[in-house]
Amino acid sequence: MTSWVNLILQGALLGGYYALLASGLSFLFGVMRIINLAHGSLAVIAAYALWFIAERWGIGPFLGILAVLPVMGGLGWLLHRTVFERSLQGGELVPILSTFGLATVVDNVMFQNFGADTRSLAPYIDTFAYESWNLPGDIYIGQLAVLVFALAVLVLGGLHLLLLRTSLGRQIRAAAEDPDAARLVGINAHRIHGIATAIAVMTVALAGMSLGMRATFDPYSGSQQLVFAFEAVVIGGAGSLWGTLVGGMILGIAQSIGAQLNPQGFLIAGHLVFLVVLLARLYAIDKLGTLMRQLRRQPG
Amino acid sequence: MTLLRVEGLSAVHGLLPAVRGVSFEITEGETLALVGANGAGKTTLLRVIAGVHPVAGGRIEFDGTEITALPAHRRVADGIALVPEGRRLFPGMTVEENLRVGATSGRPGAWSLDRMREAFPQLARIWQSKASHLSGGEQQATAIGRALMANPRLLLLDEVSLGLSPKAVDGVYDSLQHLKAARTTTILVEQDLNRSLAFADRIICLLEGRIVAQGIAADMSRDQVMDHYFGAHRRAAHGVPA
Repeated sequence: MTSWVNLILQGALLGGYYALLASGLSFLFGVMRIINLAHGSLAVIAAYALWFIAERWGIGPFLGILAVLPVMGGLGWLLHRTVFERSLQGGELVPILSTFGLATVVDNVMFQNFGADTRSLAPYIDTFAYESWNLPGDIYIGQLAVLVFALAVLVLGGLHLLLLRTSLGRQIRAAAEDPDAARLVGINAHRIHGIATAIAVMTVALAGMSLGMRATFDPYSGSQQLVFAFEAVVIGGAGSLWGTLVGGMILGIAQSIGAQLNPQGFLIAGHLVFLVVLLARLYAIDKLGTLMRQLRRQPG
Repeated sequence: MTLLRVEGLSAVHGLLPAVRGVSFEITEGETLALVGANGAGKTTLLRVIAGVHPVAGGRIEFDGTEITALPAHRRVADGIALVPEGRRLFPGMTVEENLRVGATSGRPGAWSLDRMREAFPQLARIWQSKASHLSGGEQQATAIGRALMANPRLLLLDEVSLGLSPKAVDGVYDSLQHLKAARTTTILVEQDLNRSLAFADRIICLLEGRIVAQGIAADMSRDQVMDHYFGAHRRAAHGVPA
């Protein structure tokens, strides 16, 4: 019994990382309808930047992130100006192609500069990498996993409040709902989209930091992270921020249950849940709607 | 004082000319109605003035400064606000949020959320409703309110009565009478000729993108304007030898 509680708890905490990773992807899609395939590679860039700062100057990732966040924000703004804005004019498919190309370029540039060695940020955070709290029932939860989960809730909650409560958030939503009408009420959609991309890439920096602290990465880790982020977004419902948290947790729980059933079941269980949810969204929701309408039409 | 001067303005939809060499002026405090059949270029003309449709030729001057190349959001900051055809509210936002967005880049001025609740009591009742849940009349009132929140010096109203019940149209025009009484400079596009003649100080009649007649609304009869509406006047002039 406890082992199952433990399994679900660990899976949910792992899901916090996926949710953090997915928040930027979900935000960009919700705001600009852009599916950014370079998302995972951007997280790896941030991880390398933190590793470089730690290696060169001995500054740990918790301090280093203060420098990396604004740089990644600037990178996001630049990315919008040079890639997203232009490719969006070509329709919905062009951003997918151009960000795929961008990911390939970024991965190989990192390979050229940092080599194939696997890196981690764990050595720079002392015992925090493996310290854990003991819960009743002989359950141990890692302090780092809890921190990452809390960071995910904070980021998703922050984005949610930003969109709902601030003038910038209202402008972002207006530009997303009707760009033409947004211009009519005086919103500079280019500027707003640039800021939104900068915010999204800053959340990617936090995800990259978490990736580096809790695991290892190499120049080609990006695509794997992208798959996890993508699965979390789809499971939770594209563009919905709280849905992304739930999606990440479902993915994490499925993976840890899968790993329990079979040593190689970790990834497969995650992919299976993703496929089931995807198919359910495509087919069952239509069917469910038809069924509801039929029921309503029954005399009674 | 001349607030807006349009000189030889042209605009196209693809290869189709929609506005051809239109020139007119509007002075501060005046109410101008653009009338004409469907496809006469009224909506396009308003969208060009608001900056959301590209200019193909000619120039636009606002308050003595040329704004022909100015992007739409800067024109709002300068004091031009368009209530677009079909309302174009942000459907997922509440009435209050739509109004707040309207104030984003506007000028400082008399219109505020508090004043909006007083001037449009029908909006105060639906303050927290999503725009997509409103009736046509409520949506139109919200759209006018959203434009007013920018404290415009020139208000452009495109087809404000389209698709509304007669009662809702009365409600919208009651609100507009208040604006007129406050000497808000307004350009109005309206299908209902009687309303245009009753509401506006001056009428400009467009046909196939050109101005074919203009005059003081009080001096023009419905029949006179109707003659120009579909070009009957021009055809008669060509058809009958002098």
